[in-house]
Amino acid sequence: MSAMLEVRNLTKHFPIRRGVLRRVVGNVQAVNDVSFDVGEGETLAIVGESGCGKSTIGRTLLRLLTPTGGTVALDGTPVMDLSDDDMRQMRRQMQIIFQDPFGSLNPRMTVAETLAEPLLLHGLATRDDVAQKVADLLETCGLQPWHAGRFPHEFSGGQRQRVGIARALATRPRVIVCDEPVSALDVSVQAQIVNLLKDLQAKFGIGYVFISHDLAVVRHMASRVAVVYLGRIVEEAPVEELYATPRHPYTRSLIAAAPRPDPAMRNVRAPVQGDLPSAMNPPSGCAFHPRCPLAQDRCRSERPELRQLGKARVACHFAEAEPVIETAGEHRQSDALRQRLAVLEAAREKEKT
Amino acid sequence: MEQREAPLLDVRDLAVEFHVGGTVQRAVQGVSLSLNRGRTLGVVGESGCGKSVTSLSIMRLVPQPPGKYAGGQILFDGQDLLTLSESEMRKLRGGRIGMIFQEPMTSLNPVYTCGHQIEESLSVHSGLSKKAARERAIEMLDLVGLPSPKSRVDDYPHQLSGGQRQRVMIALALANDPDLLIADEPTTALDVTIQAQILDLMGELRSRTGAAVMLVTHDLGVVAQTCDDVVVMYAGRVVERAPTADLFADPQHPYTVGLMAAVPRIDTAVGRLATIPGTVPPPWSKIAGCRFASRCPLASEQCRTQDPPLRDLSPGHGVACWHAPIEVAA
Repeated sequence: MSAMLEVRNLTKHFPIRRGVLRRVVGNVQAVNDVSFDVGEGETLAIVGESGCGKSTIGRTLLRLLTPTGGTVALDGTPVMDLSDDDMRQMRRQMQIIFQDPFGSLNPRMTVAETLAEPLLLHGLATRDDVAQKVADLLETCGLQPWHAGRFPHEFSGGQRQRVGIARALATRPRVIVCDEPVSALDVSVQAQIVNLLKDLQAKFGIGYVFISHDLAVVRHMASRVAVVYLGRIVEEAPVEELYATPRHPYTRSLIAAAPRPDPAMRNVRAPVQGDLPSAMNPPSGCAFHPRCPLAQDRCRSERPELRQLGKARVACHFAEAEPVIETAGEHRQSDALRQRLAVLEAAREKEKT
Repeated sequence: MEQREAPLLDVRDLAVEFHVGGTVQRAVQGVSLSLNRGRTLGVVGESGCGKSVTSLSIMRLVPQPPGKYAGGQILFDGQDLLTLSESEMRKLRGGRIGMIFQEPMTSLNPVYTCGHQIEESLSVHSGLSKKAARERAIEMLDLVGLPSPKSRVDDYPHQLSGGQRQRVMIALALANDPDLLIADEPTTALDVTIQAQILDLMGELRSRTGAAVMLVTHDLGVVAQTCDDVVVMYAGRVVERAPTADLFADPQHPYTVGLMAAVPRIDTAVGRLATIPGTVPPPWSKIAGCRFASRCPLASEQCRTQDPPLRDLSPGHGVACWHAPIEVAA
């Protein structure tokens, strides 16, 4: 059985041009040989640090950028071979949500106009029922009907992201690429948007490609997680497995580096050293070797292939070795916090009734 | 042990307003906090809570107009910074008070080398000779862990990565051995592995220099990992203040509780994230009572009409809530 979205060997290199003749002198290897599946109602998270190529993966698979190589298929239809006309139809099925919806919403259009456009363009609404359909969309995304007449600048960050989600949702897509959708939001609002995205997925069976640098958010969103380093997937695993037994040293250092909101567990582990290397001139062998605590001669000369290991795929020569036991343990919410939260939530329930 | 010495920084009842287009926006109102030598104070809150305005005020960097210091005192080593002249203030900035901002690219001067900027600060504040300043600059860059400092000292900011630029910022801030270091979201623009490096570095330097650090952040994880004491701000007010361990063990204000519960946890998967419905009231809104009342399920008539003062529930743990301590079923 094939998955809803199949990405195979996706590669994107950006040429570097220098001099008056703009000769190509090299390549930025933004994405290299990336393959993954996304099933219906499933979330594949792509995590990594800035410059690792995670956003380029999202944009290339939507054909917002032309790939250097590789294929993408949605429900068996190869996306890269479609004519422009057919691609326009295909875009109905594949949508994107950006980090900053302010940059992607037309500031001169009201929310109603922004939402009506794709509905009318794709024949999903008629002039007569478009207002009702817009109102339905707003309600689905937790906005009020009177928001329809407003302009993007009149909204707070969280509301604006709701508008961005409503617009992506308008065409009833099969797949939505979410590119850092909650990174610009405050914690309390971030939680609202994460919950909304999960609710919409449960309701409509959308597949998400969820691009994020935040491993804590990803844990709450994803079914599976792909960790990207310098344009390549270095580990991919079901979410529980990835966090319980991270097999790639880079995954381990990402998880270890996240500051826990618990003063009882100040990070004692030495953080991973050094910076992300340049994608113009990636290190030989395993790209992580200059920063890797386990690096051996073999890692400097031979690039580890991504290979199956149980339910996971890992690109590390030493992945079979027992994963280092993480001693940090779980951070705990205090009893007082949980009890008070229960009181507040009970009061909130009472308010509703 | 409670230290009896006078705090290095004592902000009392600070109020800062912005006059924009005929409206008055009260960005900060009645904010009090104090910080002793060798301690790290976290100022935490969401966007618009006034945490950055508070830190800018201490450095007297709130643009006037439209900004206006509408009341209160900022005592630094016993001296009210709000009464100093601009030239006296300029001596303090970069001298006894060091600063680190979120985006080092915008606070470092792109047309000068990193070394030049540190040397300039050293010659202005400490009167070092050119040669001594350069040696000290290299020493500082080495101290903050910039690789091959002898050659990087002549690099321009754009030649460095984000993490390296933040290291240069820290070197610049610490060059003149400041008594107080103000760090406004110093790691927010950095990747998580780089953030861990920078936080470690700041902790190490603090214990070496004994400087007091005020760390402004939106990230409760960063607070838990680095701060001795915390002030939680909401809509221009301090709503809770406590030693870090107390705050996390025993959060009292409904906003603090909601904020902590909303943080996604990397160690455990919970079904749904707790949320705080609604949004922060805009700074121009006129609210007589508690500013959190519109989002608080416990809000009563008193909350809507009377502003709750910050009062101590236990020594050092203050809460601004009429309902604190929240009764919980045993």
